[in-house]
Amino acid sequence: MNEFQTILADSVARLMGHEVDRHLLEAAETGAFPDKLWAALEANGLTRILVPEAMGGTGGTWSDARIVLSAAGKASAPGPIAETLVAGFLLAQAGITPPEGPLTLIEGELTLANGTLSGTAKHVPWARAATHGVAMVSRHGASQVLLVPLGESRAGEADNIAREPRDSLTFGNVAVQAAATALPENALRLYGALARACQMAGALDYLTTQSVAYANERSQFGKPIGKFQAIQQQLAVLSTQAAAAGMAASYGCASADKAGEGHDPAFEIAIAKIRADDAAGIATSIAHQVHGAIGFTYEHALHFATRRLWAWRAEYGAGREWAKWLGAGVIARGADNLWSDVTAR
Amino acid sequence: MQTFRFDLCELPEETKGLRNDVRQFLARELADVPAHLRALTWSGSDPAFSRKMAAQGWIGMTWPKQYGGHERSAFDRYVVIEEMLAAGAPVGSHWIGDRQSGPLLLRFGTEEQRQLILPKVAKGECFLCIGMSEPDSGSDLAATRTRADKVEGGYKVNGTKLWTSGAHRAHYMIALFRTHSDPQNKHAGLTQFLVDLKTPGITIRPIRDLTGHAHFNEVVFEDVFVPDAMLVGSEGSGWGQVTAELAYERSGPERYLSSFILLVELIRRLEQEGGSEAEAEIGRLVAHLVTLRQMSLSVAGMLEAGENPALEASVVKDLGAIYEQDMALKAHEMIGAMPAMGDGDAFENVMGQITQISPSFSLRGGTREILRGIIARGLGLR
Repeated sequence: MNEFQTILADSVARLMGHEVDRHLLEAAETGAFPDKLWAALEANGLTRILVPEAMGGTGGTWSDARIVLSAAGKASAPGPIAETLVAGFLLAQAGITPPEGPLTLIEGELTLANGTLSGTAKHVPWARAATHGVAMVSRHGASQVLLVPLGESRAGEADNIAREPRDSLTFGNVAVQAAATALPENALRLYGALARACQMAGALDYLTTQSVAYANERSQFGKPIGKFQAIQQQLAVLSTQAAAAGMAASYGCASADKAGEGHDPAFEIAIAKIRADDAAGIATSIAHQVHGAIGFTYEHALHFATRRLWAWRAEYGAGREWAKWLGAGVIARGADNLWSDVTAR
Repeated sequence: MQTFRFDLCELPEETKGLRNDVRQFLARELADVPAHLRALTWSGSDPAFSRKMAAQGWIGMTWPKQYGGHERSAFDRYVVIEEMLAAGAPVGSHWIGDRQSGPLLLRFGTEEQRQLILPKVAKGECFLCIGMSEPDSGSDLAATRTRADKVEGGYKVNGTKLWTSGAHRAHYMIALFRTHSDPQNKHAGLTQFLVDLKTPGITIRPIRDLTGHAHFNEVVFEDVFVPDAMLVGSEGSGWGQVTAELAYERSGPERYLSSFILLVELIRRLEQEGGSEAEAEIGRLVAHLVTLRQMSLSVAGMLEAGENPALEASVVKDLGAIYEQDMALKAHEMIGAMPAMGDGDAFENVMGQITQISPSFSLRGGTREILRGIIARGLGLR
């Protein structure tokens, strides 16, 4: 991390510690938007890290965004933080100045005709709280980024298993702002996956810290359970999985920062999501096992992180989806190109 | 709580030319080596190959020129060894001396010891082994019992080292002996020595492993005289010196590339057979490979910066060993071909090799349980 990133990490951690508490997490699960947290994030420019300064943003990189996203994931911070960052990134890349306020990302069966959007979208994060969403369409291989006012399009409210809003939208000839972009046609899913991988790395960090703390304070058989080798070995595995997911997320972001100039970051971004997904399966299982029955209660905070990991690993492409894409590409390139491809990046 | 630090470390642009040189060298030298022998990587020995590498200046790359080294960066060395391992070059003869004993002598050795050993190692003419484990001292290294008792002008050594890889082909051993017994503090009183394996009283007996070949040995010391001048570092500081060595031993590319040849042959097989069920599994294997490489590079970057990433090195080794070991099972699940002992096709032969040697991946260089104990201590659990 450079000096700016060290300062950023400290200030984001402090902001999360100050703004995110048990009360906020519970309130968000019953549908309340985290207004105060959001205001603090906006006041610090953290919702527009990936928007250039000329468009009113902070002009940061994906490596900077990773710090914010991982800190948010570590705190289980509610709100469309990742979605707003990615939406701002996509809009800026297409030359559209992002509007104020929380934004969301729209994936669905969408068609653009004469500047109006029609179709349906499900599982749209926080659509009930956002004024605008970002969608992408492509025709003849040319991608377009759309800034979509949500207005009357909200068609139903639902939650993912982390009780994060995932709403339905129906569009009937909604006028949108569209702009061509050099981004690939799957850019929304791709950068959505990268953002989730960063959040997951943070949540996995939390599982390590929380599980180690619990093992040191919970006593059975006359000593803290963390003194038993069986528990120590499990926690070591949990921590190495978190470390690997963190490394893969950093690598994915560094690659995203090199996009353009003949560099396609999809390989590293796919790896980040695959590695986070694999780590999540192992880490959530160990964290819950170490916590025992108390960790299975709603009262204990562990589930705010584990339920997010179980939801996020499936969003913007599960590990399996990205692994299939990556593996098909590797096999098509052939055995003898694997090593030179890995080392050339 | 201490957490791990894995910052990204990018190889310098100027390593690219070197990488190309190594590839051309390997394409030439390994053209006729079958895949199941390349699958041995650093367990495979070929003194002639080591001398050819030395002639290229690829052994002792980072060492000072006055000791036969080449004063290249740690990243140059990293590129050379990862290329060697990925291609399955038989680097076993010089491996220990280049990776571990050379750096140890540069750090703790005397001028005489360095002049005696390092130039020959860098020429590919002197091979080393490491005498740590004993019959009653495996993971519990501090239980070392082989004694070095002070006598006129040196020490008299009695005891047995076990599982010493490559001792039957090595010229010298860096050995950990007990010079002082204190039941209250068994970590104290351990001392490292540089032992000439031609010294009278040393008997080296190769031990056949489950593959039918002999890679490791029993080395018996009976009244073996080791001169004072061959004491490495300071008497009683052996434990600290050994621990310092381990960061070099535990994070290199050899900790996740041991099954790489199998991955290559697996992909070749899938190219021929087609079928899409295996795609996701290959994608996962490549994702983990790339992540491990970045973690290993990150530790290399910290070593180059003079830091002590002992904890991070243990993380890399534990994750790497799981990865290397899972490869044979994954390949079996995907293909289900009969593993062969040299009479099958390339994939079947490599399956035969890797399936058999893979148990050693989580034993050598510190067992899985020991590494996880080190990690747990780093987490604040012990």
